Amino acid sequence: MSTQTHVAVHAAPATELQLPKDNRVLGLWVFLAGECAFFASLIGTYLGLHTATLHGPTGQQIFDLPLTTIATLILLSSSLTVVLGVQAMQRRDARGMQIWLWITALLGLFFLEFQGYEFYTFYNSGLTLHTSAFGSAFFTLTGFHGLHVLFGVFWILLLLFQSVKHGINEERTSKVFVMSLYWHFVDVVWVVLFTLVYLAGKVG
Amino acid sequence: MAAIPERLVAVHSESRTYTGIWSWLATVDHKRIGIMYILAGLFFMAFGGAEALIIRLQLWAPNSHVVSAETFNQLFTMHGVTMIFLVAMPILIGFINAIVPLQIGARDVAFPRMNALSLWLFVLGGLFLYSSFLFGSMPDAGWFNNAPLSELAFSKGLGVDFYDIGLQISGFGTLMTGINFLVTILNMRAPGMRLLRMPLFTWSALITMLLILFAFPPITVNLILQMFDRLFGANFFVVGNGGSALLWQNLFWIFGHPEVYIVILPAFGIISEIIPVFAKKVLFGYESMAMALSVIAFLSFMVWTHHMFADGLGPVVNSLFAITSMLIAVPTGIKIFNWLATLWGGKIHFTSAMLYALSFIPLFVIGGVSGIMLAMAPADLQYNDSYFVVAHFHYVLFGGTLMGALAALYYWFPKMWGRMLNEKLGKWNFWLVFIGFNVTFFPMHISGLLGMPRRISTYAPGNGWTIWNQISTIGAFILLAGMLILLYNLIQTFLHPADAPADPWDGRALEWSLTSPAPEYNFAQTPLVRGRDAYWLEKREGDGKLQPAEPAGPIHMPSPSLAPLGIALTIVLAGYGAVLHSTIIGGLFLLLTFVQIGRALLAEDHGFHVTPHVGGEAQ
Ligand SMILES: [Cu+2]
Repeated sequence: MSTQTHVAVHAAPATELQLPKDNRVLGLWVFLAGECAFFASLIGTYLGLHTATLHGPTGQQIFDLPLTTIATLILLSSSLTVVLGVQAMQRRDARGMQIWLWITALLGLFFLEFQGYEFYTFYNSGLTLHTSAFGSAFFTLTGFHGLHVLFGVFWILLLLFQSVKHGINEERTSKVFVMSLYWHFVDVVWVVLFTLVYLAGKVG
Repeated sequence: MAAIPERLVAVHSESRTYTGIWSWLATVDHKRIGIMYILAGLFFMAFGGAEALIIRLQLWAPNSHVVSAETFNQLFTMHGVTMIFLVAMPILIGFINAIVPLQIGARDVAFPRMNALSLWLFVLGGLFLYSSFLFGSMPDAGWFNNAPLSELAFSKGLGVDFYDIGLQISGFGTLMTGINFLVTILNMRAPGMRLLRMPLFTWSALITMLLILFAFPPITVNLILQMFDRLFGANFFVVGNGGSALLWQNLFWIFGHPEVYIVILPAFGIISEIIPVFAKKVLFGYESMAMALSVIAFLSFMVWTHHMFADGLGPVVNSLFAITSMLIAVPTGIKIFNWLATLWGGKIHFTSAMLYALSFIPLFVIGGVSGIMLAMAPADLQYNDSYFVVAHFHYVLFGGTLMGALAALYYWFPKMWGRMLNEKLGKWNFWLVFIGFNVTFFPMHISGLLGMPRRISTYAPGNGWTIWNQISTIGAFILLAGMLILLYNLIQTFLHPADAPADPWDGRALEWSLTSPAPEYNFAQTPLVRGRDAYWLEKREGDGKLQPAEPAGPIHMPSPSLAPLGIALTIVLAGYGAVLHSTIIGGLFLLLTFVQIGRALLAEDHGFHVTPHVGGEAQ
């Protein structure tokens, strides 16, 4: 009964829902620290192998900067919408939260759409997982980021489903908040990838 | 608080109760999880030990044919993989599970269900790895599985796939343990349990979990990359297609060296608990001990290429990493001297736990000294890949980690199982293991210096190696006798009624204030911690009881659940799909896994409440 979760919940004023400082939130921060090491290893691998293009296409030849820039803007704006969703939730505005979360999930799907299209065009111009070490590293790095976005979209949809069915309470608040932290992290990782893979790759 | 009474009845009916074996499969109690970690670790130790004995029989005489060269490769690979990933780590994680929440005055870990998932991922991941035997092809590329050797072109069987996926599965479990215990130790300490009041075992757990958090992702990535190479035709380690021959080694040892500390720091913690208790003295240099743990952890990420001195990375790289490697001797030396200073002038009780703890010091020093010899890059080129290296890491991992784990077993056995291990058998067990260990591994220094390479399946006569190998083999069987006495001791003890006193050793940390074994809810009232060595303090300066930090009342408990076992099971079945190249099996079970994870994300466990009687049973 006296766990920290409950203390935090009972201390919250009646009007505005406090953002939780419970185990789940610290747990997610710790998890994200591990995720940093995960992406650092993948990025290191990519940087080590990105010149090994063999007879296949190079990044400079096939990266489509305008397209990727649009995808980047879409993903970044989803960070804004998820913040708006969390703020609506704090005002106990369940409907507002749901709308913003829907928009966030849609933006995530749009981003994945762009990535799918990009992978498809690269595949057609001769770059696959086994063309070269560059191909392996590129698809693995950006693919794992895409999987993170996909997982985030499913997470949002699950929380939406739950809030539509049962409304919001303190525990669900903490779940939405934790999901939003994850979502921001995935966006930040993309900024790093956009810079190191696409911008640096185009410059050569 | 006010919400409890009306909820109590309804909530009780929500949470299912499990009995018998199901109560173990569904448990989320950190103490039971700890027990299962240790029993599973001992189970796998039987396999790892049997492999070692066959290796020693094969090397008894020159040109022997006990096993084929191919089998020999599988034996030493599985021996290493088993002892590191399925024995050393799980047993230490088991003690951390069983003891750390008690030491910080917590009722459970931060994420009890995730804790159960960690356990089942390790157990099923280990069984998955060993099931490769049924597919006729066990991993055989050495415990660090160097690529390109482990690539399809050179390792055609399924063994390496089992290695990649089996270690991935159990590694996920370890990573979750890391997250779980970091949050537990940082967030769930009882009032007054400041960081610099925590027992050193808890400190070592905290630092170990940090190491896990940052060391496991690189090996996760490494295993993914190799899985992609082998299953989907990627080129990460295929040198002919632009892949790198050094990438595996870099990622592996960025993980691998911290891994060495993941399995030694908890042993440091154990020794720091046991020595003050049986020397009847306060631990010397508490702050410097905690500091040394942190410095070792920090340095351990900057030394990985000392495993790659023979790769020809050049004198600058080699010198840098030689220096950082040797630097680790400084904080380690501080720890050794602090233990000696604690013993100095103490009234030493030579219990089995203390004997193991005391033996740790000289054995670890020997392993440390040979470690410094290996850290000297130019000299390392001579020792590299010889039995000298085998001797070194067995002194660290057996003389250090395993001696520490056995010390912990004798020390915490009453707290975990409510029974005392037989001390007389314990001493037989200790002396046979201690003598057997040295007879087995000390001669390997010599055979190594005489030029015997590690991992050779047999050797020619006339190199002067035979006699040292024979001594090693004799030692291995003395070790076996020692471990069989431990097994006998365990069986004997389990047949006795549980009658251990709460505080058999006159202990210092909070776990000794509880009954043996501790009740399901640990503390009837969360304690108020008033200083370092919290329980000892109350015994010396208070009335021998902990001060409560909260009024007595019903205690909230998490519900048991079979979901963690279910998730682990489908992950392992998806692993079979991957190994057998079956998209249907793999996809189906991956889907089932995600369905279950989705349900877990939505789950709202209201748990149930128990009302403790003071010092007794819960209703
Ligand atoms: Cu090392």
